[in-house]
Amino acid sequence: MNGQASPSASRQPPHGGDGLVKLAILAVGGQGGGVLSDWIVDVAERSGYRVQATSVPGVAQRTGATIYYIEMMPDRGREPVFALMPTPGDVDIVVAAELMEAGRAITRGFVTPERTTLIASRHRMFAVAEKIVPGDGRAKGETVAAAAAETARRFICFDMERIAARNGSHISASLLGGLAGSGALPFPRECYEETIRQSGRGVGPSLKAFKAAFDAAMTGETGESGLTPPAPEAQAVSGPERLLREWRAAQARVSALPPQIRDMAGRGLEKVVDYQDLAYGEDYLRAIENAVADDRAAGGEDRGFAFTQALAKHLANALCYDDVIRVADLKTRGARFRRVREDVGAGPDTLLKITEFMHPRAEEICGMMPVRLGRFVESRPRLFSWIDRVFNRGRRIRTDRPPSFAMLYMLAGLRRFRRRLWRHAQEAKHRNAWLAEASRCLLKDYDLAIEVIECRRLVKGYGDTHSRGLSKFDRVLKCVHIVSGRQDAAIWIRRLREVALRDETGTELDGAMATVRSFALEATEQNRH
Amino acid sequence: MAERSFAKEVQQLKIGQGEEFRGEGILAITKALLECGVGYVGGYQGAPISHLMDVLADAQHIIGELGVRFEANASEAAAAAMLAASVHYPIRGAVAFKGTVGVNVASDALANLSSGGVSGGALVIVGEDYGEGSSIMQERSHAFAMKSQIWLLDPRPNLPSMVKAVRDGFELSEASNTPVMLELRIRACHVHGRFMAQDNRRPPLSVADALKNPRRQIDRIVLPPAAFAHEHEKIAKRLPAAIDFIRSHGLNERFGPNEGKVGLVLQGGMYNTVLRALQHLDLADIYGDSQVPLYVLNVTYPLVDAEFLEFCEGRDAVLVIEEGQPNYIEQAFGSLLHRAGKSTRLLGKEYLPAAGEYTGAVMRDGIVAFLRDHSAGLLPARHRVPNRSAVDAPTVDLSEIVPPRPPGFCTGCPERPIFAAMKLVEKEKGPHQIAADIGCHLFSVMPPFEIGGTTMGFGLGPASNAAFDGGGQKRPISILGDGGFWHNGLTSSVGNAVFNRSDGVIMIVDNYYAAATGGQDVPSSRAANRSKSTNNSIADAVRGVGVKWIRQIDRTYDVGKVRDTLKEALDTDVEGPKVIIASSECMLNRQRREKPLKAKAAKEGKRVVNPKYGVDEDVCTGDHACMRLSGCPSLSLKKLDDPLRDDPVASIDQSCVGCGNCGEVADAAILCPSFYRADMVENPSRLEAALARASRRLIGFLQARRAARRLDFGRRPA
Repeated sequence: MNGQASPSASRQPPHGGDGLVKLAILAVGGQGGGVLSDWIVDVAERSGYRVQATSVPGVAQRTGATIYYIEMMPDRGREPVFALMPTPGDVDIVVAAELMEAGRAITRGFVTPERTTLIASRHRMFAVAEKIVPGDGRAKGETVAAAAAETARRFICFDMERIAARNGSHISASLLGGLAGSGALPFPRECYEETIRQSGRGVGPSLKAFKAAFDAAMTGETGESGLTPPAPEAQAVSGPERLLREWRAAQARVSALPPQIRDMAGRGLEKVVDYQDLAYGEDYLRAIENAVADDRAAGGEDRGFAFTQALAKHLANALCYDDVIRVADLKTRGARFRRVREDVGAGPDTLLKITEFMHPRAEEICGMMPVRLGRFVESRPRLFSWIDRVFNRGRRIRTDRPPSFAMLYMLAGLRRFRRRLWRHAQEAKHRNAWLAEASRCLLKDYDLAIEVIECRRLVKGYGDTHSRGLSKFDRVLKCVHIVSGRQDAAIWIRRLREVALRDETGTELDGAMATVRSFALEATEQNRH
Repeated sequence: MAERSFAKEVQQLKIGQGEEFRGEGILAITKALLECGVGYVGGYQGAPISHLMDVLADAQHIIGELGVRFEANASEAAAAAMLAASVHYPIRGAVAFKGTVGVNVASDALANLSSGGVSGGALVIVGEDYGEGSSIMQERSHAFAMKSQIWLLDPRPNLPSMVKAVRDGFELSEASNTPVMLELRIRACHVHGRFMAQDNRRPPLSVADALKNPRRQIDRIVLPPAAFAHEHEKIAKRLPAAIDFIRSHGLNERFGPNEGKVGLVLQGGMYNTVLRALQHLDLADIYGDSQVPLYVLNVTYPLVDAEFLEFCEGRDAVLVIEEGQPNYIEQAFGSLLHRAGKSTRLLGKEYLPAAGEYTGAVMRDGIVAFLRDHSAGLLPARHRVPNRSAVDAPTVDLSEIVPPRPPGFCTGCPERPIFAAMKLVEKEKGPHQIAADIGCHLFSVMPPFEIGGTTMGFGLGPASNAAFDGGGQKRPISILGDGGFWHNGLTSSVGNAVFNRSDGVIMIVDNYYAAATGGQDVPSSRAANRSKSTNNSIADAVRGVGVKWIRQIDRTYDVGKVRDTLKEALDTDVEGPKVIIASSECMLNRQRREKPLKAKAAKEGKRVVNPKYGVDEDVCTGDHACMRLSGCPSLSLKKLDDPLRDDPVASIDQSCVGCGNCGEVADAAILCPSFYRADMVENPSRLEAALARASRRLIGFLQARRAARRLDFGRRPA
């Protein structure tokens, strides 16, 4: 979005008669807010302005939110008395080097409809508080952007971080470009460019990033349209003809499903086939087709087959459990090698060494054993712990070297036998219990059945994380029969799930479960009377 | 080498009479010192004064040419003690440190210094770390000035005033034989502005010259009976001399009209904020021409009673604008008016908050309220109606959405893996009593680590666990940085832990620098420093004070090793304190040091390896356990374009410096196999390149073989 408020609004904000301009930069420590501030001072001095800039550096700048504040006015021979900090409601220009920092500027009252031009980079640097949530803890960027458009006199917002990266520069350069292009300051473009040139470091890339951002701010053409991933088109599936034939047959069955679930089932099918094979995909499809029938019987047609939709998603995830074979398969694919190059910014010819960090435990080793052997070993604690002693340690595997690559490649090749392995048997048992619970609920309480399906989201990760997730899943599912039959059963299970998603250790979940139990008990008592 | 280099800026220190200086407040202060013929300078880093130490270090050759001695002192106490050179010798000296914590540390030396008094001008430059951006407890240095009778300057926060305060400060100090404290607030230290320079002056008597003719006066030494005489001398001679100097030299300033029913009395440091408030009320213009009488205290101690009474003459009410608490100035003036039997009303904290920073809005509201009650006629109509803020509250409240962003460990910080390891130990053995210290490592108290319960002062982490050091079911753990170790920790914390047979565990976080203050060298820094002796081992020092159980870890990123070492320290039967020294270079400084070297080597065709870390997004399940053990800015979130996956996955962005913490944590905590390290090799040898080509071909063959037998959906694998 490039919120040009209205064509009638002049580009320059209504500064006071003396030409005093108040500008605040809100950045995250380490982003180069100091460089930007120095540049703006230089541009203004170069243009015959008196300038004062201040900041609060020090420990606050270590990755924390930080503010730089600049005041400037035309030099009329007398030294003005500038303020040392921004006052709410009295800032002409706010430059936010990150979207949430724009939000912070609004919250602190620096952005007002009467006067403030807000120039913000749309990109996000997630705060620790957002990142440590086990589920999705990201703050709502759209809300901030909407508030900014409403609160600012003019709101100019595009991804300046990406512009900087594309030009091999830092965001300070594209922010300066955004500021210059906004026209909020009365200085000509050449002035800014001269300042960058005089800075003497990384001049070429900085000028390029400046120009791109200048144009984007000026024209509202952010160049982002070409950057957003194209809408998913029909997938170009390739492979041996025999498999393609079977794939097309499976696709036909997807097309025969009710329209509401085709997309999800299609993606699910793809994932399952990619994970194992077409036969596995057939199992999946059959389960979905059966679910559609049950769904319809439960009156789901009126609700857009919401149950089957949820199932199509979570069953695919459940079928594609993360085992050693899966990891080895993903790690050894050609496409993955290409992606690594892309992600670390290595050219096609750069010599690249790839080290994987793996840490198998006895559980993973047993999981790869045939069913009976795996069960046998796991039932013997001493044998099991001996295996753990032998295998349980960090393994650094160099997948760019043929010997270690070959080892992973062979592990990935165990895919063919997967369905006969111990882990698969465990997964199948657990999954069937879950599906059975969902089916039971479907007949009585449609919403509750959906919630049961959604609980699958709790199972993720590897090792300890996986065990914890599984335990949370099991605990929530155990509450299903307690709440079952209540009007608000689905709401309760949803609440429990949300608590479990937020809470790493599961203590909060225990609290929530205690609440559920207590009112269940209450209900029983009441029935007795 | 400090984090920020002033090598370019310090060239301005050489400019002379008639030239204009442009730059940061700190640099201007340094220039003023040289213009005043200072003979020696020193101090201890700490925001907001760190840059002054950096400037001095970077300007060593310039100040050395003038015959000025620069000392990077061990602590604020050591810095204040250095001013002893001005006791017997007429040499001007200046030291800088942060307030109030630095003044706390220095107070012993400051008290002794001001008891005996000085003959050469002695200036203590205090960066008052108060208000937004502060990293310490909120207190005032003012009390220290009063209790030891040190004069306190609080100049208006612009470069000409600050520079003048340095000049005035030396003269005042010499005129009254009393040390002077120059207080600069955070923003003033970093304010960019300009002033007209003068020529630098060589000290009339250099410290080197002084050594040739040693002097001593027994009556200046703080020992009874001289100490009793000093106290009387302070009151009978030095105080009147100071007041006389302040008054005759017009150190305090009056602005605005003489007449008027009301007036404002303010600390010099408040001047700009007051002026802005008056501008908002149309009572002043941008050049500071005020319609309200102002009495600006560029000297906040001692107060000049006569000046104040003159200012109050004919006024109904004056407002004392004094930031922070207690309100010493307000109390003093209030009592003065009462004793003088004046009818002028004195107001202050009734209108302005008793605690907290006087920001623009706070100041404006306070002044509006005062004027409304005492001189409503002055106010523009829109402000005469009470209970209506001049500015509407923000229309949208985003405080629920915008996440807090406190400071934290930088990308690649070597301290992160130490706390990740401590977190793993906590998961295994339960929580422990942990005392933290001052330094970057204090970020451990915040998410995601949440380690450490108290911070009692620099180098006092282990000392603050003393009550628990007798041992019990679990051992207490304390943290100490290398900066704190050399500042105070070696003796107060480690030495005394030995002496008291402590059973505790001391984790010394050694990142080769005083990192939190900007990367200044300390005795154990590994870099070669032309003017300082570095590479003094912490382990040797610890051994020297009698510690028997010492473990040195030379790569903190080895999370497993840090974890196992800490477990060993918690379990061992060895008596006495258990000291772990976890050493890895501050990544910010390391990058600054290595990046240009690497780029140069690569350019010259030498083999260079650039490590980067990544996450296989199809292997990552979006649980974020890795982030709960990291908090690295480069380890972030990414939402995949896959309807099957609800939660964003981990993703490492371009800012990754390849420290390896995430991979090590994933391994040590048995999290997941999603992480990989990709080493990009520039200019490999021909053999290495040939082998890599052959490997790639072989691997490519195997990949193609398998790909031919399965369906390819053409997506990035998911």
